[in-house]
Amino acid sequence: MNGLDQVFVRLCHWFAGLFPASVQPLIACIVAITAIMVVFASCFALTTIVERKVLGRMQNRFGPNRVGPWGLLQPLADGLKMLTKEDIVPYSADKTVHFLAPLALTVPIWLAFAVLPFGRNMTAVNFNSGVLFFFAVGSASELAVFMAGWSSQNKYSLIGAMRAIAQMISYEVPLVLSTVPVLMLAGSLSLNDIVAAQGTYTIGGLARWNVFTPWGLAGLLLFLIAATAESNRSPFDLPEGESEIIAGFLTEYSGFKYALFFLGEYLGLFAITGLAVTLFLGGWHAPFQWLEWVPSWLWFAAKFGALIFLFIWVRATLPRLRLDQLLNFSWRFMVPLCLINLLVAVAWYWSGAWKSVVAMPVRWLLCAALIALPYHWLGRALRSASQSPRKYIYAE
Amino acid sequence: MLNEIAFLLCASIILAGAVGAMMLRNLVHCALCAAGAFAGLAAIYLQLNAEFAGFAQLLVYVGAVAILIVFTILLTRSTELQPGAVHHSSSWWMGLLVGGLVLACLVGSIMSSPSLVRLPSQPASAPVKGIGEQLMSQYIMPLETIGLLLTSALLGAVVIAVREPEKSDPPAR
Repeated sequence: MNGLDQVFVRLCHWFAGLFPASVQPLIACIVAITAIMVVFASCFALTTIVERKVLGRMQNRFGPNRVGPWGLLQPLADGLKMLTKEDIVPYSADKTVHFLAPLALTVPIWLAFAVLPFGRNMTAVNFNSGVLFFFAVGSASELAVFMAGWSSQNKYSLIGAMRAIAQMISYEVPLVLSTVPVLMLAGSLSLNDIVAAQGTYTIGGLARWNVFTPWGLAGLLLFLIAATAESNRSPFDLPEGESEIIAGFLTEYSGFKYALFFLGEYLGLFAITGLAVTLFLGGWHAPFQWLEWVPSWLWFAAKFGALIFLFIWVRATLPRLRLDQLLNFSWRFMVPLCLINLLVAVAWYWSGAWKSVVAMPVRWLLCAALIALPYHWLGRALRSASQSPRKYIYAE
Repeated sequence: MLNEIAFLLCASIILAGAVGAMMLRNLVHCALCAAGAFAGLAAIYLQLNAEFAGFAQLLVYVGAVAILIVFTILLTRSTELQPGAVHHSSSWWMGLLVGGLVLACLVGSIMSSPSLVRLPSQPASAPVKGIGEQLMSQYIMPLETIGLLLTSALLGAVVIAVREPEKSDPPAR
């Protein structure tokens, strides 16, 4: 392999080599942690400005353009403002819980980055059950959101927290279910193994990424929709719906605590995007064999950036959903489709043994039809359900 | 050495969480303390090399059970007890008796358990693959039974909770 591919791994080894052998593992850990924190914190700063710029462009305006050349220093200005702003805690708030909530949200999300493979030999911790670890630490954020909403002692905060939790619980089901076909066909819960399983090439030189199969494409789309909802982004940003409930569970937060929530939200988006890249887009592998010379971490970064851009695009395009539409969409559309996708993956697996010239297109058509027809039917059923006026059962 | 420090840390988190869950006056605080104790328990599992158990503990208890407890508290009663009021149950001796009996049973069975005998350095590990294979072969019946039970409980809860609006009602708007 060329030197550029392993440059970060070598750098880490070289740095750890400066210390006595007994503390070397510890030093390697600290280097990995520092690298992840620095890279993704700057990624956060970069994404805020890119998002505002792109949103501006798509909405036919300029976006931030006052601070520095092309407004590039805007994140710095935002950060300074957040740091120097007064930290207001409401008089009736539950002070301890109010203080702990941003920490409880941000700390577990940093942990999730530990299992993501960012490049060849660039996984901080290679757990046997990395996917499980990812979802386990991700599930802690629901409690943090509740803590924030409840401790503020404010109706809007509590409503926002309730909405957020209902949404996160509903969309965690399709999120996990859409990853199951990948785990089944890779035969492993370790993210490194999943990347390795997508690392071979077909005769045409095209990579065997999961997204190039019918179930993989459907799985990626379902995963991305669930990920958007899970990270509370538009069109699923009801927990913070500012026209309805001020800012949801963020209402009573200001200054640096608010910045921490903001950071946590974006980090959650980054982590889940990294998982999508790893599970469906071949991780750090190149799309074609003749592109293998490009460093693996650059491939990861490129796919990561493309998906983040997609999220921004979706945010600029779609209006916010209503709460009942949101829940209906999850339980009546996403969950059944995820289960059907599981069966499609099984059909794909068994039809892999077919030996004939026409086998490949037939297999493709069969599996695509198996997922496209239920999509059509479920969508029609959902449309008739969501266009009828909302029924209020509890609010009488 | 490192192991002992980690164990003491996790154990103190669990104990502090458990004590907090018992002693605090505000029910939501109690629930949050219990969630902390759950997380500490997950850390202990991880320290024992039981990856799957640790992650499942985190996923199920911190992610789901704690939320369930919190929702139950919010939906059923006022969270704030009257400040200054003393809340003593008249049947506290009954609780003490039951608690003591349970403790005696647990201590008795743990002390007489054969797993207390320390085996000569056997790396304890339960790989996820092995757990999956066992669940799908030897323990398939219990697994399916639990699945059916939980599904029927879920359906029952929905049937009880959802009250269909009566047909004769005039539309709300």
